[in-house]
Formats: sequence, structure tokens, C-alpha cells
Amino acid sequence: MEILVILVPLALMLGGAGLVAFLWSLRSGQYDDLDGAAWRAIADDEPPQEAPAKR
Amino acid sequence: MHVTRDFSHYVRSAGEGLQHIDLAVEGVHCAGCMAKIERGLSAIPDVTLARVNLTDRRVALEWKAGTLDPGRFIDRLEELGYKAYPFETESAEEAEVAESRFLLRCLGVAAFATMNVMMLSIPVWSGNVSDMLPEQRDFFHWLSALIALPAAAYAGQPFFRSAWRALSAKTTNMDVPISIGVILALGMSVVETIHHAEHAYFDAAIMLLTFLLVGRFLDQNMRRRTRAVAGNLAALKAETAAKFVGPGEISQVPVAAIHPGDIVLLRPGERCAVDGTVIEGRSEIDQSLITGETLYVTAEQGTPVYAGSMNISGTLRVRVSAASEATLLAEITRLLDNALQARSRYMRLADRASRLYAPVVHATALLTILGWVIAGASWHDAIVTGVAVLIITCPCALGLAIPTVQTVASGTMFKSGVLLNSGDAIERLAEADHVIFDKTGTLTLPDLEVMNAAEIPAEIFELAGRLALSSHHPVAAAVAQAAGAKSPIVGAVEEAGQGVRAVVDGVELRLGRPSFCGAETLAGDSTLDPEASIVAFSKGSDRFVLSVRQGLRPDAQAVIAALKARNIGIEILSGDREPVVKAAADALGVPEWRAGVTPADKIARIEELKRRGAKVLMVGDGMNDAPSLAAAHVSMSPISAAHLSQATADLVFLGRPLAPVVAAIDASRKALQLMRQNLWLAIGYNLLAVPVAISGVVTPLIAAAAMSGSSILVMLNSLRARSASREIV
Repeated sequence: MEILVILVPLALMLGGAGLVAFLWSLRSGQYDDLDGAAWRAIADDEPPQEAPAKR
Repeated sequence: MHVTRDFSHYVRSAGEGLQHIDLAVEGVHCAGCMAKIERGLSAIPDVTLARVNLTDRRVALEWKAGTLDPGRFIDRLEELGYKAYPFETESAEEAEVAESRFLLRCLGVAAFATMNVMMLSIPVWSGNVSDMLPEQRDFFHWLSALIALPAAAYAGQPFFRSAWRALSAKTTNMDVPISIGVILALGMSVVETIHHAEHAYFDAAIMLLTFLLVGRFLDQNMRRRTRAVAGNLAALKAETAAKFVGPGEISQVPVAAIHPGDIVLLRPGERCAVDGTVIEGRSEIDQSLITGETLYVTAEQGTPVYAGSMNISGTLRVRVSAASEATLLAEITRLLDNALQARSRYMRLADRASRLYAPVVHATALLTILGWVIAGASWHDAIVTGVAVLIITCPCALGLAIPTVQTVASGTMFKSGVLLNSGDAIERLAEADHVIFDKTGTLTLPDLEVMNAAEIPAEIFELAGRLALSSHHPVAAAVAQAAGAKSPIVGAVEEAGQGVRAVVDGVELRLGRPSFCGAETLAGDSTLDPEASIVAFSKGSDRFVLSVRQGLRPDAQAVIAALKARNIGIEILSGDREPVVKAAADALGVPEWRAGVTPADKIARIEELKRRGAKVLMVGDGMNDAPSLAAAHVSMSPISAAHLSQATADLVFLGRPLAPVVAAIDASRKALQLMRQNLWLAIGYNLLAVPVAISGVVTPLIAAAAMSGSSILVMLNSLRARSASREIV
């Protein structure tokens, strides 16, 4: 049962990381346009303003 | 005269030398539009951000300060085929957005805490039936407490605050039993953990919060979405006024940037966006949106004009006055204030349920404790059992029963073109059994129609329509619209107050007053509709008359029939003259109608019906309807309504048809039925669960299973509100 000493903090850390990621995504406005985000995921084109930087 | 567009009111600084504007865009509904708009706008040099929000139908734009005129974005969007309007977020909407985000944050915290506490609870549950050491169990319980206590303190805020507000106002609401349940469950679990007990209820408490927050968030999100659409519609109406910024120089500025004392120009065919007094010019104005009266009123120097009036024939200069100065408005405002004060606060179904529920549950818990003590159990065991009763009856399903239905139902209404202004509108609308319609702008369409178009030869009508394009007169605009005219006739001349004339192929064409076209005898024909505006058209020596008036909404008859079929009483109360109202009432088959009714009379009639026990739905659009909209049990107004009326009405419907009225009634009745069903489901669950809790055999596992089971059942049942019949009439 000594494994708990590692597993429990690990589980809590993972949970905490998930929560932090969620709060970050909320703060950066990723839930503001759910309809649009659904379409953007399958759109063909790169968003135009980012395209030049990648090429 | 030089006219400029002024958008500075909408532009704000985005920092780092950037400027930002939000535009509401019409007709964006797919991924294709989104890509097209973003690409099209980003192609403009110096634009640093162009992002479409498909949910709210808006575009956010940022560009290097001072390099671009925002008007260019609107022109660019126009080229792409979209109409865009500058947009200003109302404070009400901002508050909804902030609340929505807060709830989502609470939900996130609660959901993550639930998952992690569950991860610790499952070992305890399985350990309790196998070989777990008490020290290990305590360790897991303490860990659960470590997660659940701060999470509940944070995520429970919406409930604790609302419960505290209710208690300080010496009332109770659903959040009171919820808060008590959660706090007791957590408190007891801590005490039990200290005493190395087998069971702790951290998981139940935090799961309860998660489920309830889902309901809260959905409810709030729907409200936020409605607000966003309402905000867009306000922007789409694009209320601007032509303000004199110098001698002979006019700027088209948003109404918000106009102050009392400013002078604005009101051209023919324009709707006045401000209240004020005419200081120069002579014209006729259409005040039907204010008074319901369809006859035009003469306006000259000194005549007061109100926001919503349509200028018909001449150009006017108007000095803007503060809203309350105008006498007519002052009267309406006074009646409205009275009606709002007299409005008895409606007891929502949820509040009524919680008022019954809370005392019963708390009494049951108390009796359980006393019963166990009398039966010889220790105080500790008795209290643990009592708290278990509270936990298991904690109104998880009850708290979800109403908001989930409301969310689904308002979504259905949203799709059929009805926006909700107030949360309890659905419940009140479902009870309505008597409908009072205003006539002008409600049963009839706000814009003019050519009534006898079918009697005029098609090529003549088309020619009249093309000629009409050269005039700003609203009647001419109606003719042009009806004829579907696109290309104006070159060389057409407008004679103010008379009509338009042009020469085509050596034949003179005239459109305007009957005397202008030499058609007095034709126009005097008694078979023509006496209420319509008569406009004459002459081509050489041929004469025709067109009769133009506000037509009934296309489906008005069917809607009235549908309401009758639902056993709903119908009457018409109009501020317009008797013959017009009678004609409309006869056409629709409504025997009960009254004409020439003042705002005070309308209220008196509503009060009379109220005393007889009727639940009145008032449907009206005019400024004169605003007080009665507030006085009625529930109220609706079309989107074309005066500001005041729209703000007062509980529901607002979009578009030309009247069908949304019936659709909304049907959807709300179905929703109320489902709310009741859900309440019974929740009560039924309690009837099953409470005896188990009282007998003291509830374990955290049973509590968790029962709670999530009943919540999911209620949520699924709510989804049925979606299938509210689409067949309306």
C-alpha cells in the first residue's frame, strides 16, 4: 500500500492540472462561440491571418 | 449638403495602438459565411483581427489606430453580401455574460471536485465490504474533505448567496433547502471523519452541486443568448439621426450620441429616432406607432414629434427635447409606472413548490431524529440518520425540474421566432385564457401594402413601381416594393407634396395625389376602401388608382381561428377610429372589439377582466399599449414595436406572421405540463427514498445513485419540451 504515497498525490495533481486547463480555456474565451468553434474544427482553410506565418 | 457617417461612438481602443469595433451581421449562419467574412475583412491592409462569433452573429474587428474608417468594413461586408451594423453591448447583456462565465467556472470546479472525490469514494465503498484498514479509510475521507470543502465553498456561491438573499428578505426559495442540505452534509461528514466513522457524504454534497449547476448554467446560457439576439436586433434597427454638426453639414450619428438641444433633420420616409419639437418645415407625420391612429397628422413649427413617428411628405428640422418633456409621453409613463407598481408579484412554480417542500422535509428530518432517540438510539446515531434524510431529500431533481424545462422550451420558442424577456413568462403565458390584441402594427403589418394590385395591369403596375422609386414618400415606397421595381426611371422629377412625374417614350407618367394625375373622379369612387391612402397613376390619358394601406398580417385569420380552437377568448382594443377597427374585426371574425380606446381605457378593461378571473395576454406594439402590456397577466409585442412597449412586454416575436403568438402559447403550455410532471417525478423519488433514509440504512453509495438517477430522469423528461408541435394552425 506504500504505492498510495505516489499514486494519490499524482491523481490529485492530474485533477488539479485538468481544472487549471479548464479555467485557462474559459478565461481565454474558448467557450464564447461554441457554434463557431464546432465549425472551425472541420473548416478546410487555415485562418487567413495565421497562414503567412506558417508558410 | 454633405452627409458623413460617424462611428466614433462605437469604436474603442484595444491598447497597443489598436482600435476595436463590434459589428452585428445579418445572415451569417454557416461555416462558409464565417470563412468568407474573415478572409474578406482580413484582406484589408492594417486589419489585425477579424473574427466572427457564429453564436452571437457578430464580428470583432481590430485595426491599427487611425489608419481606417470603420465605414469601410461595413461597405466591404456589403460587397460580400452581408448587412452589418455597428454594435454596442448593453450593460444588461454584459451582466448576463459575466454571470454565465461565473456559473461555468463554478460548474468546472464542482465537476472536477466530484470526479476526484468519486475516485476516492469508490475505494472506500469497495474497501468497506472487503479488507480496508480504518486508517486508510480515514486517510481517504480526509483527502475527500480536502477537495470537497474548498470546492463546495467556491462552487456553492450561487446557491448560498441566493438563499441568504431570500432569508434576509424573510422568504424562502429552493436555494434555502439546497444550501442547508449541502452545508449539513459536509459538516456531518467532517464530524464523522473525525470519529473514524464508516460513512462520509462528501461525494453526495459535491455531486449535488454539480447537477444543480448544470441546470443553472443551461438556464443562464439561454438567457444570455436571447439577450445577444435582442442586442443584435436593436443594432439592426440601426437607430441613427441626421444631426446638424455645422451649418449645412450633417452627420449620421447613433441616437445614443444625441443630446437635448441638438437639431436633427427628418427627411420624408424616415422614422424619427428622438423626441422633440419641429422648428422648421411642414409635413405630415404618421403617429400610428405612438397612438394607434392611422390617419396622418400635420406637423409644422411647434408640433411635438415622438420617437417612432414616420415623416411622410416634407423635410423637417427637429429640436431634440428630453424625453419627459413631451406631454403625451409623460401621461403614458405615469400610467406605466402605476401599472408596474400594481403588478402583483407572480409566485413562480418553483417558489411555490419550495415553499411547500422545505418545511415538510425539515420537519421529517427533525421527527426522524426524535423518533430514533425515543426508540433508544444514541443522539449521535439519531442525528446522523436525520442528516441522511436531509441529504437524500436535498432537492436535486426538484432544483432541476423547472430550469431544464425552461431552457429547452425557450430554445424551442427561440427557433419559432419568440424571445423571452422574463424568466417566469413561460409559466404565465401557459395560464393565459384571454387575448387582447391591439390592431395597428399588431394584427396589421407596420408597413403599407397595395391592396388592389391584382386589379391593375401588370406592365402598368411595374411602370408605376419604377416611377415610385424616385420618391421617398412611404406610400410610394410601398408601391415600389409591391411592384418589385428595381430600376428607377431616368429624369423623374418629384414635386413636393404632389407626386412624381417623368416622360418615357414621349408619354408623360405621373404618380401621386389624385389631383396631380387628374384622377379625382376615379379616386372619388365609393367602392374603394375608405381607410386606404389613394394614390393615382396616369400614363398619357390612362388613369389608375392604387389603394394603399396597412394590411392584416398574412396569417392573422388562421391565428385567430387557432386561438378560438384552443378556447381562448379574443378581443381587439385599438386607439384607431371605429370604421377601421370594425373592418379588421369583421375580416378576422372577432365579435368583441372597441375603437378609439385610450391607454387608460385599455387598463380599465384589463382590470375588469382580471376581476372576473381571466388571465389576460396582451399583444400590442404601440407606445400607447405599454401601460396595458405591464398591467396584463402576460404580454407580447412584435419586434417592430415602440421601444417602451418592447421593453415592457414579457415576450417579443419576430417577423411578419402572427403565428409565433400561437406557437408560444402551445410551447408554454407543453412546458408547464412538463414542469408539473418533473415535480411529480421528483416527489415520487422522494417518497421512495425517504422511508429508506428514515430507517437509517442509507449509505453514501445509495445516496449518490439515487441522486444522479433522479436528476438524469428529470433532465431527460425535460428534453421532451423540444418536440412541442411545430404545426401551429
